[in-house]
Amino acid sequence: MSLPVIWFVLLAALLTGYAILDGFDLGVGILHPLARDERERRLFVNAIGPLWDGNEVWLVTFGGALFAMFPEAYATIFSGFYLAFMLLLVALITRAVSLEFRGKMASAGWRRAWDWAFFGSSLGATLLFGVTVGNGIIGVPLDTHGVFAGGLLALLGPYQLLVGLLAVALFALHGALFLHLKAEGPVQQRLATAVWHVWGTFLTLYLLVTIYTLLVVPEAAANFRHYPWAGIVLVLNVLAIAYIPRALFLRRYGRAFVASTLTITCLVFLFAMAVFPTILHARNDPALSWTIYNAASSTKTLTIGLIIAGIGMPFVLAYTGIVYWTFRGKVVLDDHSY
Amino acid sequence: MDVVLLSRLQFALTIMFHYLFPPLTIGMGVVLVYLEGMYLRTREPMYETAARFWTRVFALNFAVGVATGIVMEFQFGTNWAVYSRFVGDVFGSALAAEGIFAFFLESGFLAVLVFGWDRVGPKMHFFSTVMVSLGSIFSSVWIVVANSWQQTPAGSHLVAVERGGAALVRAEITDFWALVFNPSTVQRLVHVWIGAFILGAFFIMSISAWYLLKGRHAAFARRSFGGALLLGTLASLAALVSGHSQARNVYRHQPAKIAAFEAHFTTGPGDLSLFGLPDQRAGVIRGNVAIPGGLSFLLHDDFEAPVLGLDRIRPQDRPPVLLPFVSYRVMVGLGLAFIGLTLLASLLHWRNRLFETRWLLWIFVFAVGGAMVANQFGWVAAEVGRQPWVVQPPVVRGPDGAPLLDADGFLRYATATITAPDGTSREIVAGLRTRDGVSESVTAGQVLTSILLFGFIYLLLGALWIAVLHHKIQAGPEPPRDPRAPDLLDAAGAIAGHRASLTHAKGGAA
Repeated sequence: MSLPVIWFVLLAALLTGYAILDGFDLGVGILHPLARDERERRLFVNAIGPLWDGNEVWLVTFGGALFAMFPEAYATIFSGFYLAFMLLLVALITRAVSLEFRGKMASAGWRRAWDWAFFGSSLGATLLFGVTVGNGIIGVPLDTHGVFAGGLLALLGPYQLLVGLLAVALFALHGALFLHLKAEGPVQQRLATAVWHVWGTFLTLYLLVTIYTLLVVPEAAANFRHYPWAGIVLVLNVLAIAYIPRALFLRRYGRAFVASTLTITCLVFLFAMAVFPTILHARNDPALSWTIYNAASSTKTLTIGLIIAGIGMPFVLAYTGIVYWTFRGKVVLDDHSY
Repeated sequence: MDVVLLSRLQFALTIMFHYLFPPLTIGMGVVLVYLEGMYLRTREPMYETAARFWTRVFALNFAVGVATGIVMEFQFGTNWAVYSRFVGDVFGSALAAEGIFAFFLESGFLAVLVFGWDRVGPKMHFFSTVMVSLGSIFSSVWIVVANSWQQTPAGSHLVAVERGGAALVRAEITDFWALVFNPSTVQRLVHVWIGAFILGAFFIMSISAWYLLKGRHAAFARRSFGGALLLGTLASLAALVSGHSQARNVYRHQPAKIAAFEAHFTTGPGDLSLFGLPDQRAGVIRGNVAIPGGLSFLLHDDFEAPVLGLDRIRPQDRPPVLLPFVSYRVMVGLGLAFIGLTLLASLLHWRNRLFETRWLLWIFVFAVGGAMVANQFGWVAAEVGRQPWVVQPPVVRGPDGAPLLDADGFLRYATATITAPDGTSREIVAGLRTRDGVSESVTAGQVLTSILLFGFIYLLLGALWIAVLHHKIQAGPEPPRDPRAPDLLDAAGAIAGHRASLTHAKGGAA
């Protein structure tokens, strides 16, 4: 594998880590209106309380790595998606702040306001992530210098919005399964019912997006002809999605969560396969696209980055392990909870 | 207004708001490590109470710091795309290192620090505190490396890469360690850390002084104030030494910046202006009160030695003078005031009279604002003083180390020869102007929208931060626990067969 290919794989790995980890805490935010009283609302928030901040670092590191290894793609995407990313930032700030501030005052009005801010920002951020991925697949208009040439509306087509909804359903499903593991009592019962509806919605959107993609972006399937082994992931993805209702029926909720984790992994892989070796596809003229070759940093930087990642990633996995182990099990609300 | 000015305003707004918090967390992190370390050694409950209280305040500051920090990473790409293409190869490595080495470390262990009191033992908790503190310090290392490279580039060269048939110039790494230890990294880093320690210490002294004045939590407040005073005194003294040495380093590598700091318009012996208002157009300082030869003495240990002035910088390369001049003076003035304040407080503390000297405690309640201003204005001086460059080209020096002048008598900046895809070569200056760094596709209207958006959100965030901080201060530290009590409760809980349940949890505490 050449260095740009290795970095493409590593970026996909960072994105997978982000989607799995922040996926469930964004999902918890999307499901937050399901909580009926203050105790349940605190339970929702505290299920992700110690974890969400570390989860978001995967996004920050993904952004940093994209900047470092493919600066051309980073510059074009971030400046091109200007208003969309500003809204995303507002959503991420609001989310962090609502989690942090809701428990700081005893007033019910204060808490309700932050609850809605938490829900809205989780939903908004997930939708914008999905829309961004949708644009990654369908491509954006670029000029001859590889600079974005379009407005906000060019980014908000029906295809991109559909992928955005798919992301919402996916994270809601993942979050519901996570919460089910963390919760006890009547709210757990309600989650068990809700998760069926979420799964159904997700399945419908998954099928729609698959068909829509093959219709509008037939070249997304090209890599699967070049690399037939990638078809295994497609099969695995379908099996993972189909396993979720079986696990739910058998009340194997831990396994259902593993299945949704696998679903996310497969989906990120399929997304990467659909675009490889392009990072940002030019919808108007494929020759103008930013690929992992023409957008890459120098060989020296790609190598240094690999050394940094090689030293750092084992530590990152170790801390993540320690923190998840420390906060394993059902949510226990104590003096230090949100 | 044009997109460059708006983008600069937005960057200034978002970085200045963000930078209220990182120095606080770096400074407070060190204090937390000390408090928990002392608790482990002495097992005095007072240390644990203090550590728990300051951890809650620390977590609040940290959360706002993280939330506003993501904006910074996005903004390089959203508003400064051309700059990102230029520096990505160099700057990106430092940023990626920051993510992998620092952010994961701090945010992972922060969870244990804040939520783990009852889940892990005191030793593991102490370890987590050390890791969070180290993480925040690592983070400062990498971002300061990236900033310092822009001030004094090293370990990199400029190359032309082909993009769409045209030559795109960018900086590429040649030597990673030369880049990390570029001429200004170490000096800047030390000064940033000292600034953070001063702010952390003054923040703790402010809240403690308020408790002492109100006669609340007196034992706790005395202990906290005493510890923070020691840190604050040492850091204030160190700031003077570090600042002096840094100014000399800046003069060596960025003489235009020192000329702007000191409004030194004409090359020759330099006075040290104490008060005055520079008029850049006329090239004079109005209402000037100065120590004759003071600048020459500080830079060369000689009252007569000539100092390079703005007249030796090409007009289009001259930084604005007023803002760096004023902000530099505010920073230095505050730094000197901190030395006076902390020394006086230390003397009174030694005489056992500090906690009765109410007027001084009142000054300490508000002095934290000064420490914030000093941190901010130091950066304003450093960043505005290097304009019009976002990546400043290095100064060319002769064999004796003195900067060389070109045929017109202006300071020479390093150049690079760029070969375009069609084989033609040209000579360009080895830096990037701020106005050339903005995004190609972003309009002034878009930036204005985002400034209003951030202005609104940050105003709200600032108000909330103060409200919640006030709330936490009002609530105060918990009284020291009887070390046996929790064990008895645990034992009783185990016998009764139920653990601390949802209905037993205290509402509103966090």
